[in-house]
Amino acid sequence: MSTSHYPAARPDEPIQRHTLSVLVDNEPGVLARIVGMFAARGYNIDSLTVSETSHEAHVSRITVITSGTAQKIDQIKAQLSRLVPVHRVTDLTVSGPSIERELAMVKVVGKGELRVEAMRLAQAFGARAVDATLESFVFEITGVTEDIDRFIDMIQPCGLVEVARTGVAAMQRGTAST
Amino acid sequence: MAKEMSGAEMVIEALKDQGVTEIFGYPGGAVLPIYDALFQHNSVRHILVRHEQGAVHAAEGYARSSGKVGVVLVTSGPGATNAVTGLVDALMDSIPLVVITGQVPTHLIGTDAFQECDTVGITRPATKHNYLVKDVADLPRILHEAFTVAATGRPGPVVIDIPKNVQFALGVYKNYKDVPHKTYRPKRDPEDQAIARALDLMAAARRPIFYTGGGIINAGPQAAANLRKLVRLTGFPITQTLMGLGAYPHSDTQNLGMLGMHGTYEANMAMHDCDVMIALGARFDDRITGRLDAFSPGSKKIHVDIDPASINKNVKADVPIIGDVGVVLEKLLAGWKKRKLQADKAALKNWWAAIKGWRQRDCLSYRRKSDVIMPQYAIERLYALTKKHDTYITTEVGQHQMWAAQYFHFEEPNRWMTSGGLGTMGYGLPAAIGVQMAHPKALVIDIAGEASILMNMQEMSTAAQYRLPVKIFILNNQYMGMVRQWQELLHGSRYSESYSEALPDFVKLAEAYHAKGIRCSDPEKLDAAINEMIAYPGPVIFDCLVDKMANCFPMIPSGKAHNEMILNEEAGSDIGGVIDAKGRQLV
Ligand SMILES: Cc1ncc(C[n+]2csc(CCOP(=O)(O)OP(=O)(O)O)c2C)c(N)n1
Ligand SMILES: [Mg+2]
Repeated sequence: MSTSHYPAARPDEPIQRHTLSVLVDNEPGVLARIVGMFAARGYNIDSLTVSETSHEAHVSRITVITSGTAQKIDQIKAQLSRLVPVHRVTDLTVSGPSIERELAMVKVVGKGELRVEAMRLAQAFGARAVDATLESFVFEITGVTEDIDRFIDMIQPCGLVEVARTGVAAMQRGTAST
Repeated sequence: MAKEMSGAEMVIEALKDQGVTEIFGYPGGAVLPIYDALFQHNSVRHILVRHEQGAVHAAEGYARSSGKVGVVLVTSGPGATNAVTGLVDALMDSIPLVVITGQVPTHLIGTDAFQECDTVGITRPATKHNYLVKDVADLPRILHEAFTVAATGRPGPVVIDIPKNVQFALGVYKNYKDVPHKTYRPKRDPEDQAIARALDLMAAARRPIFYTGGGIINAGPQAAANLRKLVRLTGFPITQTLMGLGAYPHSDTQNLGMLGMHGTYEANMAMHDCDVMIALGARFDDRITGRLDAFSPGSKKIHVDIDPASINKNVKADVPIIGDVGVVLEKLLAGWKKRKLQADKAALKNWWAAIKGWRQRDCLSYRRKSDVIMPQYAIERLYALTKKHDTYITTEVGQHQMWAAQYFHFEEPNRWMTSGGLGTMGYGLPAAIGVQMAHPKALVIDIAGEASILMNMQEMSTAAQYRLPVKIFILNNQYMGMVRQWQELLHGSRYSESYSEALPDFVKLAEAYHAKGIRCSDPEKLDAAINEMIAYPGPVIFDCLVDKMANCFPMIPSGKAHNEMILNEEAGSDIGGVIDAKGRQLV
């Protein structure tokens, strides 16, 4: 029996991860409105990126990765769509093939063999050194979240000290636009 | 036509262009320029309340009884924070409001200036939308946009926060009244395919029911009229939520009355056993569904709502229809006629026979007493004696609210104002003031509890100032009765802090507020006392002393299903032990 009036996720309902692309009017507080709605209703935010995409049209794109049951995901989309400054919500996970990219900067500090190993790994992952001193590197890597995760895991023993990630930006493939 | 004027004057100008004739408010430093503009124009009448929460509830009563947008004007800081309860109340019950708040000048924002608060931050989750206006050039558009957002789609409260320097600044005013919004486009027209599927289900139904909510009332009188036609045409039974009372005439034989936690036995049993449920402008709230996994297990559900987020939120809809319920009703009606659909007469006959059986339980019967007024009896008499008048009812929150819903009956929409979603004690008196402003000649009664009424009692002063003849009918049981009832159900009758200690003398209190006080404790004298109240041309506080221990039945206890109601007679004196450990954790 349910202990709540509210629908609990049934164990047989799988949790899905969805990437939503939300086009919003770039008015003050719009991000707070969206993040506040997620927090108030107990929805997850796995990744969030925001930036103005058209200065003239005053429009920003928010890419949010969230997870939940199919029913939850539908609710999230409906709750986003009803916010007044939201133009459009596109679920990139269901709207056809899409590309996702994230950028990370990774700082390693070390000498000797570790430094050589760090360079080798960076090369293998296609990361670029954007800063270097005699004892450190900052690598820039762009890719899907999983590749970046793997790169960070691997480079850990080489003296990893700091990571900065942008979160995911995403777009549909082909001619379609959201 | 563009005119140069100050931001404060733009506010008045926009109100005029929106056809606003009354606003509710309270002045303060950060709105003085707007109050000055009000003083110099007489197109808008300002009603001075005694607490900003009262202003918002008054605007709610005004809006819900008239179909117009309610307008509020308050100052920054404490003025805005005092308004928050009213905002959430309006948000939960989908009441269209525009609330204008003053703010410290833009150059002081963020400095913890005197009477500064983050109004847009605080009210973001309390409103449908809100604005901070930093440039007077944006003000005309925002003022008009706020009315559109408040009144269309699923209605709700909108806050416009205007810094004081923006109120002084000069700018060009333009009427943006019918200029379409950049992004906001609520969907009014349903998809034809969904209408067709709904009609198929309805025509094939063997045990159908209409489950209708406050959305019908928001959709306007035409929606209520079309609902009547559709219900008659199909011959299906109909039940209403607390917020939906009045959208369908209570006296009609097809009406099963209110459903949900304190709804009728027949309505809840029919909801449980139906095979097709047609939900119109209702949102499957927990007070309606009871235990979710046992909610109407065998039915296909058609859910009509203007808010896509209401659909599939709590209960899965088989046929979701997004649109204005007024438009949907028109289309259902037209489709039913055009396709010459017929209900399954034989099945419907059996269904009505089952309903008749449930009705025979007479779930709202109660034992009358000769020496003390039963609260149910008080409402029954109030209804009987005011029936012929042009009556509007507001309520506070508690047992008296539920008895009002059960024993006072409505034949028309917009006559019943109650805090359904938020359950705000203190709603009823200011709401009654708002209703009376919208309907100066009507008989407006706040059915109150002795505890609730004290929460916004200061508004008696407002009633006195504007000579508003509102009647406050207190069912005085000397308890926070609804709290006591739950303590009996869940906490071994340990009445922790639920006794109404040290009550004022309500008759003297009425007199102190320049009103009339009436007290009655004798069932024999009740009719005469009520008639005296009705006849009195000014505000009245009626202290109706009722049975202290009466409880509100029928009731679906928390965590139980619709077919597990407790009826009056079974309850006896000990109603404890009905709810299990899990149900105890629910509210
Ligand atoms: C502002 C607020 N505080 C607390 C509550 C919780 N509450 C619900 S009903 C109730 C008791 C109301 O007592 P009274 O007004 O005397 O009504 P009765 O139940 O006795 O008819 C309380 C405290 C509430 N609904 N609203
Ligand atoms: Mg009481």
